[in-house]
Amino acid sequence: MSENKHIHDVINSEYKLGFETLVQSDTFPKGLNEDVIKAISAKKEEPSWLLDFRLKAYAKWLKMEEPSWANLKYPKIDYQDIAYFSAPKKALDSLDEVDPEILKTYEKLGIPLEEQKQLAGVKTVAVDAVFDSVSIKTTYQAELEELGIIFCSVSEAANKYPELLKKYLASVVPVTDNYFSCLNSAVFTDGSFVYVPPNTVCPMELSTYFRINALDTGQFERTIIICDKNSYVSYNEGCSAPTRDERQLHAAVVELVALDDAQIKYSTIQNWYPGDKDGKGGILNFVTKRGNCKGKNSKISWTQVETGSSLTWKYPSCILKGDNSVGEFYSVAISSKSQQADTGTKMVHLGKNTKSTIISKGISAMNGVNAYRGLVRVGKEATGARNISECDSLLIGNKSNAHTYPYHEVRNMDAIIEHEATTSKISDEQLFYISQRGISEENAISMIVNGFCKEVLKELPMEFAAEAKELLNISLEGSVG
Amino acid sequence: MLEIKNLKVNINDKEILKGLNLNIKEGEIHALMGINGAGKSTLVKTLSAHYDCEVTDGAITYKKKDLLDLDVSQRANEGIFMSFQNPIEVPGVNNSYFLKTAINEKRKYAGQEDIDTMDFLKLIKDQTAKYNLDKKLLQRDLNEGFSGGEKKRNELIQLLLLDPDLIMLDEIDSGLDVDAIKTVANVINSMLDGKKSVLMITHYDRLLELIKPDFVHILNDGQIVKTGDYSLALELDEKGYEGIGIKDESK
Repeated sequence: MSENKHIHDVINSEYKLGFETLVQSDTFPKGLNEDVIKAISAKKEEPSWLLDFRLKAYAKWLKMEEPSWANLKYPKIDYQDIAYFSAPKKALDSLDEVDPEILKTYEKLGIPLEEQKQLAGVKTVAVDAVFDSVSIKTTYQAELEELGIIFCSVSEAANKYPELLKKYLASVVPVTDNYFSCLNSAVFTDGSFVYVPPNTVCPMELSTYFRINALDTGQFERTIIICDKNSYVSYNEGCSAPTRDERQLHAAVVELVALDDAQIKYSTIQNWYPGDKDGKGGILNFVTKRGNCKGKNSKISWTQVETGSSLTWKYPSCILKGDNSVGEFYSVAISSKSQQADTGTKMVHLGKNTKSTIISKGISAMNGVNAYRGLVRVGKEATGARNISECDSLLIGNKSNAHTYPYHEVRNMDAIIEHEATTSKISDEQLFYISQRGISEENAISMIVNGFCKEVLKELPMEFAAEAKELLNISLEGSVG
Repeated sequence: MLEIKNLKVNINDKEILKGLNLNIKEGEIHALMGINGAGKSTLVKTLSAHYDCEVTDGAITYKKKDLLDLDVSQRANEGIFMSFQNPIEVPGVNNSYFLKTAINEKRKYAGQEDIDTMDFLKLIKDQTAKYNLDKKLLQRDLNEGFSGGEKKRNELIQLLLLDPDLIMLDEIDSGLDVDAIKTVANVINSMLDGKKSVLMITHYDRLLELIKPDFVHILNDGQIVKTGDYSLALELDEKGYEGIGIKDESK
């Protein structure tokens, strides 16, 4: 009898957000070529420079090859077998005109699309709701605008704030940075655009919720956040998708820019459909996220709780260009069932006295495979650079896997780099011990997992921490037997 | 309170308990002795529903319920407590949080409200002070990095606060010095109210001197082969297993 047979029975559970919204949509035929890109641009009524940007990216993408270095196994993606644009029919100008089915969808997901009266002491969350390829609604835009804060979809920014978009688009993630960022540059649809003017603390949490609904459609969002001098913004993204047997591609690009003394806190709760226990279906999640601490004393924090996707390929990174800038990466990644996660970060120290902290918690259960891949690079000029990395893996059961791939490239003798890694395991004996004190096995597992992740969970904004905890539990729990 | 009839248990398809019978009434103290491998730990683990113990035959009735219908946590909440020979380390889980959760699970099972946090803190303070147990253990993670003695003391804190009806002690005295054994006995004796019962496994006479058993059972090769009172333990101490006619089957 295998030692931890018992645990497997406890953690097998169902994806809770896998319902489908029946809505008439305008979906492009499958396939990718210049005409498709022109059609996307036309749908979004984009300025011509943006179409040029897309077509150039497409031409470059055709010459690139899909990377194979990650510790991930998946069948070859047929890029001609994917639809690149899908939007619900109907013109959507105000909330009253949003298809009631879609409103119901967000209600079911617990995402508020109606503006509430702001209460003292309760932080409001402004939401940009992206459904397949379009933003269907952005809340609190007027209030934010009074402070000069721009919070809109990228499509809206292309028309209303072309100069800002032009300045920052691909300024952190170059078009040819990698295969998926290049594809995204050619076909990106909605994502959010945020600009916080100098000396402004954004008074509410900004949040984008991505929902993939249409069949055989990829989602390629692009998000750009600029925090000007001496400003602060906290931004959160969430996501989910229906349960389907077909795999779906999600290839996003996120770019952050923090100027002098600015601070961006970016949190992700990723709950894409993970596929079934045999690895059928699920989202293939290839994401490029990068922040540029461009100004002195700037700070960018990435916090991510990755519980979904069949496959995750994601390395939120920081370029610490400004002197005294700070980069942080806090991550919890779960791979259960047949999920695979290859995730980590890059901290590139260029400025003097730059600091970075990496805390990564990987949890593998059942047949899940989890890899941490991290690069800490210290440039020649980065005197006084300091990095602390802590990578912990928790294995549940005997069939799961965890790998750690730390890379260090240090070109300044003055830098101090620390790396710590541990691997531990939830055993049947731990489960039995806790249960013998009257705590059910499911609660015992969530207790151990939450204990393991607490350093990361405390970094999440309060509004989202409870959701993340619950998600962790759902991802690892089910009925006993 | 507990009635075990013709209990047969396999571990990894090997029969360990081979038709064991035992009755424990309210308020009784039973000691279980026997050479290594006789099945002592298997018995207490089976009563706690450990995953490795496969009951192949027999019946167990506890408080007039079929115990075999209940899982690990249900049995615990019905008042069965097992102190572990080697308490398990659980990093990341705060000891005090764990204890409070366990208390609340038991209360929930009994249809009671959660314990008030202030009441909980007071309970800890009172109980640990009463037996001179180190309250600081509660600030650490569950058993993580505890010494052998600290782990056993932590078992006692759990025992005191969970206040079970059937107390099963699996070699709680092993590795403890004389003073610590006295603390163990102190805690157990003070808990005995004529209703709680004890089933303790021990190799040493020392603990039995301090917690006087009503019955002493000798377990050999999966069955109880001899039952007596405290004098049986004394006889065993003097003559050894072979001296009282117990053969080690594994030799």
